[in-house]
Amino acid sequence: MDSRLKLSFAVTDAPQGTTALPIEIRDLTKRYGSVYALNSVDLDVHSGEFLTLLGPSGSGKTTLLMAIAGFNRPDSGSIRFGEDEVILTPPHKREVGMVFQSYALFPHMNVAENIGFPLKLRGISGAERATRVEEALETIQLSGFGARNIDQLSGGQRQRVALARAFVFGPRILLMDEPLSALDKKLRERMQIELKHLHRKLGVTTVYVTHDQREALTMSDRIAVINDGELVQLDTPEVIYNSPANAFVADFIGESTMLPLTRDDAGALSFRGQKVGDAGTDQSKDWTLVVRPERLFFAGAGAETDDQTIVLKGVMREAVFQGESEMALVAIDDDTEVAVRFGTGGRASPAGGNTGDQVSIGLDRTDVIIIPGGQAA
Amino acid sequence: MARADADGSRSGRHLHEAALKRQHAREQWSILSLVVPATIVIVLIILIPLSWLFYLSFLGDNGGFSLENYHKMTQYKSYYRIFVTTFQVSILTTLACIALGYPLAFFLAQLPPRWAGVFMLAVLLPFWTSLLVRTYAWLVLLQKRGILNEFAMQVGLWETPIKLVHNMTGTLIGMAHIMLPFLILPLYNAMRKIDKDMMHAAANLGANPINAFWRVYFPLSLPGMVAGSLIVFVLCLGFYVTPAVLGGGRVIMVSNQITAILENQFDWGAASALGVVLLVATTFTLYVAARLFRFDAALFGRD
Ligand SMILES: Nc1ncnc2c1ncn2[C@@H]1O[C@H](COP(=O)(O)OP(=O)(O)OP(=O)(O)O)[C@@H](O)[C@H]1O
Ligand SMILES: [Mg+2]
Repeated sequence: MDSRLKLSFAVTDAPQGTTALPIEIRDLTKRYGSVYALNSVDLDVHSGEFLTLLGPSGSGKTTLLMAIAGFNRPDSGSIRFGEDEVILTPPHKREVGMVFQSYALFPHMNVAENIGFPLKLRGISGAERATRVEEALETIQLSGFGARNIDQLSGGQRQRVALARAFVFGPRILLMDEPLSALDKKLRERMQIELKHLHRKLGVTTVYVTHDQREALTMSDRIAVINDGELVQLDTPEVIYNSPANAFVADFIGESTMLPLTRDDAGALSFRGQKVGDAGTDQSKDWTLVVRPERLFFAGAGAETDDQTIVLKGVMREAVFQGESEMALVAIDDDTEVAVRFGTGGRASPAGGNTGDQVSIGLDRTDVIIIPGGQAA
Repeated sequence: MARADADGSRSGRHLHEAALKRQHAREQWSILSLVVPATIVIVLIILIPLSWLFYLSFLGDNGGFSLENYHKMTQYKSYYRIFVTTFQVSILTTLACIALGYPLAFFLAQLPPRWAGVFMLAVLLPFWTSLLVRTYAWLVLLQKRGILNEFAMQVGLWETPIKLVHNMTGTLIGMAHIMLPFLILPLYNAMRKIDKDMMHAAANLGANPINAFWRVYFPLSLPGMVAGSLIVFVLCLGFYVTPAVLGGGRVIMVSNQITAILENQFDWGAASALGVVLLVATTFTLYVAARLFRFDAALFGRD
């Protein structure tokens, strides 16, 4: 398709949207039978930000989004859009745009009628409606597609039309439930960038649902990690990645190897006799060292732990070629393997690349991530 | 593996080509053989009698080709009235079925599937009792000294018995009851297929429940409704038992007339001509409907 070749939505730099609204969620609880789909969730979405709800399947992301849109009735809690309490407001009066995972485009209307539908309901007359639909089509780079039927569109085009329909009436909050999950990888990655552009253009408060951690890291201003109906951590992608709050977050976001630490009476935390950090005032008994494969490197044969670097010795088990990088598994004892990622381009491959070789792997002390508690279940 | 030569043509080895072709042909034939019994049945019980019917309708008194059977039909006003009645009953029954069936199907479609199954059973139950039994049951209910009249008079709804049967009213009540499942099944099917997200999207975009229903739900359920209505309408056109029992001789539809002609005058020619006209009318209705709506999609689940 011609429109697929263009790189991104037509974007003017300054935000042109109407004032965006913050969302304030307090103590929101929703039960299905004995299952807590949402367990007393508190969440503040800042006005104009792009916030992603990230969590494994069944964690309650859709339930939370549906509650914001008004499609399900929570058992208790409060949802405010700006100053207004909306927990009792029916969905058609909430004025939030939503992009559904299934797109939910109306098959008995063509593209222009679909996009014009919310305008028609707001009593916007034919001529003005047509102009605004045309503008929206332009924004999603589908000018001239107005008369097409829905079944004549590709997946990516449907996704855009669903998007246009959700923002054409100028909502101040935009919700998206895994809007890209039906697209192939290439298209998905391009749409991620386009959505980001569009968000900047519209300046609308956006809550985005995904279970793809990479997508969340790419797109979000902040990420809310959800597990079992509870908010686990809410922060920027960098903080979430570099300082996970607990083992669940560390395990769910990015790749990691978890190594159990021992704590002595003074509060020093060490791994196999090498001190890696301090417990401080925290009295927890169990502590875990999280190592990211890409933060590890192969140190020279004689390297030893010092002020800057922690060095672990082990045996090379396996190296797996993965395209732009290679993943090595190093056994530091009989039942502990540590994953090390290194680039395949540019600098040469690591020292001792052969299976069975003795190797030393290093970790800068600045890259040390320590979390209280045992390893993720 | 299909290897290509330098010039792009296939390599010339044709391994097992003939055997593979034979295997393909065998498969095709075995699939085709599945329709043989059905074809035989159709030829025996539909094509042959139908041709016979056509033949008889064009047979004159002298044994040669003639249009006199059709000519007769245009001469008598009673024939005209019979066709008017037939269409009137069919249209009214269809409308009654829509009025009763649409809300019911809607209700069923909102239920969790398990409960919908239970209620659907209630809709389908009448299918399992004989048509004649059901029709006579209505007679018992509706007649002058029937249960309904007795009850209404006791409660004081009306004073003298109301004539509910042996007329158009009785016929329509009976027909609507018998036809209802034929409307509900395809309609319910179409409604079940409407994605919940559609209604969510409508509400999300600002449609209140009434708007959401008329602008989104109803149009999406329309193919199912058209399919069901057509089935009901066409079945009504050729219906015999109910008008005969509940019409009390006042509601004469084409099938009733055909029976009367055969019983009283033994005139196969006239009866056949009536049958042919009814068949043509039915086919025409289906053709027009098929042109107007793509009802095949609803009937056969094509998207
Ligand atoms: N209508 C429902 N009836 C009963 N249980 C439900 C219903 N909807 C959701 N649940 C349950 O609530 C929990 C949260 O579901 P939810 O759909 O919000 O998960 P999710 O995070 O969106 O998952 P996914 O990534 O698979 O979409 C799950 O345990 C699910 O089984
Ligand atoms: Mg979900």
